[in-house]
Amino acid sequence: MIPVCRLQDLPEGASVRIDTTPPIAVFHADGELFAVDDTCTHQDASLSDGWLEGASVECPLHAASFDLRTGMPLCLPARRALRTHQVTVDDGMVVVRVAADVCQVAEEGSAA
Amino acid sequence: MRTVTVVGASLAGLYAARALRGQGFDGRLVVVGAEPHRPYDRPPLSKDFLTGKADEEQLALCDEEESAELDAEWLLGMPAQGLDPQGRAVLLADGRTLTTDGVVIATGAGPRMLPGPAYAGVHVLRTLGNARALRTELANGPRQIVVIGGGFIGAETASSCAALGHDVTVIEAAPLPLVPQLGADMAAFCAGLHQRGGVRLICGTGVAALHAGRTVTGSGGSAHDRAVTGVELTDGRLLAADLVIVGIGAHPQTRWLSGSSLALDAIDGGVICDDGCVTALPQVVAVGDVAKVGGIRAEHWTSATEQPAVAVRNLLAGRTTETLRTVPYFWSDQYGARIQFAGHRQDGDTVEIAEGSLAEGSFLARYERAGHTVAVLAVDRPRPFLRARRALRDPATDHPELSDPRSIRGPSGVHPRPSGHACDS
Ligand SMILES: Cc1cc2nc3c(=O)[nH]c(=O)nc-3n(C[C@H](O)[C@H](O)[C@H](O)COP(=O)(O)OP(=O)(O)OC[C@H]3O[C@@H](n4cnc5c(N)ncnc54)[C@H](O)[C@@H]3O)c2cc1C
Ligand code: FES
Repeated sequence: MIPVCRLQDLPEGASVRIDTTPPIAVFHADGELFAVDDTCTHQDASLSDGWLEGASVECPLHAASFDLRTGMPLCLPARRALRTHQVTVDDGMVVVRVAADVCQVAEEGSAA
Repeated sequence: MRTVTVVGASLAGLYAARALRGQGFDGRLVVVGAEPHRPYDRPPLSKDFLTGKADEEQLALCDEEESAELDAEWLLGMPAQGLDPQGRAVLLADGRTLTTDGVVIATGAGPRMLPGPAYAGVHVLRTLGNARALRTELANGPRQIVVIGGGFIGAETASSCAALGHDVTVIEAAPLPLVPQLGADMAAFCAGLHQRGGVRLICGTGVAALHAGRTVTGSGGSAHDRAVTGVELTDGRLLAADLVIVGIGAHPQTRWLSGSSLALDAIDGGVICDDGCVTALPQVVAVGDVAKVGGIRAEHWTSATEQPAVAVRNLLAGRTTETLRTVPYFWSDQYGARIQFAGHRQDGDTVEIAEGSLAEGSFLARYERAGHTVAVLAVDRPRPFLRARRALRDPATDHPELSDPRSIRGPSGVHPRPSGHACDS
């Protein structure tokens, strides 16, 4: 579980990047909170710098767009989905629960 | 339309093939490409591919599944050699003729070469083949490299070579590189990036000659067997070099069109089209680096991906029903900085830093003409850039309160960091 920031510091339309490996982006969009991998699956750009349109985000480099609910790419040039992570609010604090497969990778990495 | 032939199997050609199928064309689709490869992405060639951070698989622009879905005949490693005056037949290098109802010209641009003999150790960077050759040489221990041309590709290549630990000098004939693209002030900032990366930049002098030494392999005596040893400048200086990279621009690849009835731009050689990418022949359209669309020829990745949808719509309609309404955009990654530019800059535009500063190396600059923003440039400011770029495209979005992707790591804000990375298991 990763505490991110206070909900009041992440108003509607805002985003934040957390420096996990790989980094995660948390968005407050369309009345909900979403957490997905921050690095675009196309090339090297940070989606927390992207453009929010409803519950989707457009990459700031080549304009691929992703559905924040599912992580699925909505248009080219991205062809692979982003990993989505669970995000909740706990006592006013935005908290991200990193998706298991990412954690596994991290654990394997640190065990090696 | 029963058959459409796309000539050029790269970015713009692939996007044209996608647009054809996407817009319901279900006839015969032939894609003719001079290179032996399936479409791949060029921008990484001077960046992550050269430094070894990206491999060939990551360059692929489409996968097997999509290729199958496109249901196209790919004639790869097969340059087109002619287009008949009516635009109804494409002549191939093996002598075959493809009769066709529509043609998409997507043959891109090829690198300008230096005059004189082709010595070993002299490279250009346009194709995967070029990049493989250069990457192999860069892996053979430290080199003394001279990059001729300080444009975007020259600068990115110099940056990648320096990152690999080579000794790099960039030669630029103009007093400063990138002035036509960015104007003097911003060009001066970008010139400073070379220094930041430990690369020497020599401006205001051209190349008089390349020097070469004895034969490389001992066999024969052709220029190819002689390896470059230095670059002689027009001011008389001689720079030692065992690797030279020539990045002096590109010209549209149109030689195959010489027997056609199509007009080429007198200055830059692009295929002249209206602002819907349609040539003088309604069933022939041109897209990407090769096309002069409504008076503008861009050599930008984004133009090559945006033009095909419009071109194909007009091709299938048989006349121009749609025109391009996009704002030119490009990016460049060099020396750890991401440069992004959008809009139409002209000499005489004023430029103003709107956010950040040159000193901190991260800023958004606005180019203005008659009180209006006509172009924007950002260095490591992706977020305000995105907004400014959208505002250029659609002035209605230039209201901060409208879908402003605010950040809680604003200039004065803190960048919240997680207190732990542990997995909750
Ligand atoms: C090293 C490098 C880095 C770049 N970096 C950036 C960047 O950071 N940002 C950016 O915006 N843009 C960048 N660009 C530009 C971008 O890659 C081009 O704008 C884009 O590739 C243009 O696509 P295109 O399909 O029009 O042409 P091309 O990609 O040039 O493809 C044309 C294809 O047509 C083929 N062809 C030519 N003649 C014939 C013929 N007679 N018959 C059949 N086929 C033929 C060629 O072999 C080639 O495969 C870069 C380019 C290079 C080379
Ligand atoms: S890096 Fe996101 S679309 Fe290219």
